[in-house]
Amino acid sequence: MTVQHDPSVYERIQAGEQFQELRRRYRSWAFPMTVAFLAWYLLYVVLSGFARDFMGAKLFGNINVALVFGVLQFVSTFLIAWAYSRHAAAKLDPIADELRGEAESRDEIGEGAK
Amino acid sequence: MSHETLSTILFVVFVAGTLAITFWASRNTKSASDFYAGGRSFSGLQNGLAIGGDYMSAASFLGIAGIIALSGYDGFLYSIGFLVAWLVALLLVAELMRNSGKYTMADVLAFRMSPRPVRTAAGVSTIVVSIFYLLAQMVGAGALVGLLLGVHSEAGKIWTIIAVGLLMIIYVVFGGMKGTTWVQIVKAVMLMVGAALITLLVLGKFGFNLSGLLGDAASASGKGEAFLKPGLKYGTDAQGVWGKIDLISLGLALVLGTAGLPHVLIRFYTVPTARDARKSVMWGIGIIGVFYLLTLVLGFGAAAVVGSKTIAEADKAGNTAAPLLAQKVGEDLFGDVGGTVLLAVIAAVAFATILAVVAGLTLASSSSFAHDLYAHVFKRGGATERQEVVVARIAAFVIGAVAIALSIFAQSLNVAFLVSLAFAVAASGNLPAILYSLFWKRFNTAGAVSAIYGGLVSAVVLVIFSPVVSGAPTSMFPDADFHLIPLSNPGIFSIPIGFLCGYLGTILSKEYNAPKYAEIEVRSLTGLGAEKATSH
Repeated sequence: MTVQHDPSVYERIQAGEQFQELRRRYRSWAFPMTVAFLAWYLLYVVLSGFARDFMGAKLFGNINVALVFGVLQFVSTFLIAWAYSRHAAAKLDPIADELRGEAESRDEIGEGAK
Repeated sequence: MSHETLSTILFVVFVAGTLAITFWASRNTKSASDFYAGGRSFSGLQNGLAIGGDYMSAASFLGIAGIIALSGYDGFLYSIGFLVAWLVALLLVAELMRNSGKYTMADVLAFRMSPRPVRTAAGVSTIVVSIFYLLAQMVGAGALVGLLLGVHSEAGKIWTIIAVGLLMIIYVVFGGMKGTTWVQIVKAVMLMVGAALITLLVLGKFGFNLSGLLGDAASASGKGEAFLKPGLKYGTDAQGVWGKIDLISLGLALVLGTAGLPHVLIRFYTVPTARDARKSVMWGIGIIGVFYLLTLVLGFGAAAVVGSKTIAEADKAGNTAAPLLAQKVGEDLFGDVGGTVLLAVIAAVAFATILAVVAGLTLASSSSFAHDLYAHVFKRGGATERQEVVVARIAAFVIGAVAIALSIFAQSLNVAFLVSLAFAVAASGNLPAILYSLFWKRFNTAGAVSAIYGGLVSAVVLVIFSPVVSGAPTSMFPDADFHLIPLSNPGIFSIPIGFLCGYLGTILSKEYNAPKYAEIEVRSLTGLGAEKATSH
């Protein structure tokens, strides 16, 4: 069941330095990366629409730029997913665990518990 | 034995197996958390497979392979949009949603808002998106059976739709999320094994020389080198600059729609923690990515081995490209028996695929009906868990029955537009509301309601006045012409409109709840107070 916390508990945590650090680490990684992969993807879509000769240029055998570019979108997706999971495990999870642990143990001793 | 008989036998085995799982799941589905979220006890890998099973629809298996086989490279554009979209889900949505929600998309949207208007809007949007998608899948199922089992009579198609609909109702009503998830896991494994097997055989035939395969595909297509680059289907030179803008619009809806699809979002609730939600999306990305690479080989392989002409003769949308390829490769390697067996396997996999996807959609819409509209809007939060689950089961039955009826009447409808509409509505209404809820402090009730309705209405209106509905030979009403916008995909306008409506609605309303924003922010990032898994 949901544990109902006194809202002030959340505001206190939110104002704390540790949480601000967690929020900064999450946002400063996820937001620019989102902009980057969307831009990279849109570049691919726009080139597919407007630069067909470039996309059709052959690189080796019958493999052309369009195919390599498309496969690179797969590669970048796999790499970004992997990098995010590394970042989250190393930089986010420890702080999140600590904050959660502290808040939950405070609840056990009564403060903020419903 | 004919391939039809063998397909039917294989399919009956699949149905028997999944029904057994469903009845097992129904014995373990007691609480609301069991029904809506499978007790939150699936592992990251299991849910990752189910994400693949939910997402890789027959449209992406048969449809994309078909587009590649007929129009070459352009089919690949779809796969890429569908895959990259998962990064939005991974980086911005999955974990935060798992931590702050309970059963439906609306749980997150209504978290710090006035619940009734927001749940109504989110419930309407969920049901609309899921039903568009559901209809597309079910009409597709009717058409497929004709092609794969040689049933060409109208009555045969109608009976197929009814059978698919009844099975989907049974899975959802009895199995809830637990049963549905297992159906999706089984289907995902079958689909991956089937697609990988055919891909290996095709590549083997070309001595694992991809360049050779592409060369043969280009020459067998009759279109030469143009077959290997973009431009034969989307944004063709004949369509001019609007065609290219339409392509970009499609690309936007694909990449931003996934993280707003309700049946995708509820998958994040089926795991114990946000960390498992992350793992499951990682698995999902791996599985879906590999699958789309396989369809690339299947599509070009079908063009090279079967030939675009034969494929177009069997079905003008190319939906039978993958099954025909399986048959041809099997015949070439193992004689007639091999062809029969492989075709039957792929046909059975295709049906399993349809069933798993429609079950997921029915579950998403009935959950939202029971949890958002019934429990929180009609009963103002006063319904018991037991009542909610009963209503969810009744809703699954009714939604399933309505979907069967609509699909029978929608037989002749061009289904592709239903899917693109579902993605456009998800990207234009749901995604802005979700992102604002999670990240924008000032966001409020008026903002959430305007984002959802603004995105929903603008996407639907733009499609009504597009060539999809009138003014072109391929329109729903080819003889009428009231189209105003030369775009088939509304995303490029409706997505910014959705974000803008959410922004304006927010700043024009004074409502602002700092403590509740603190709560959703802390909960979403730390997992404090998140719903726990139930154990049996």
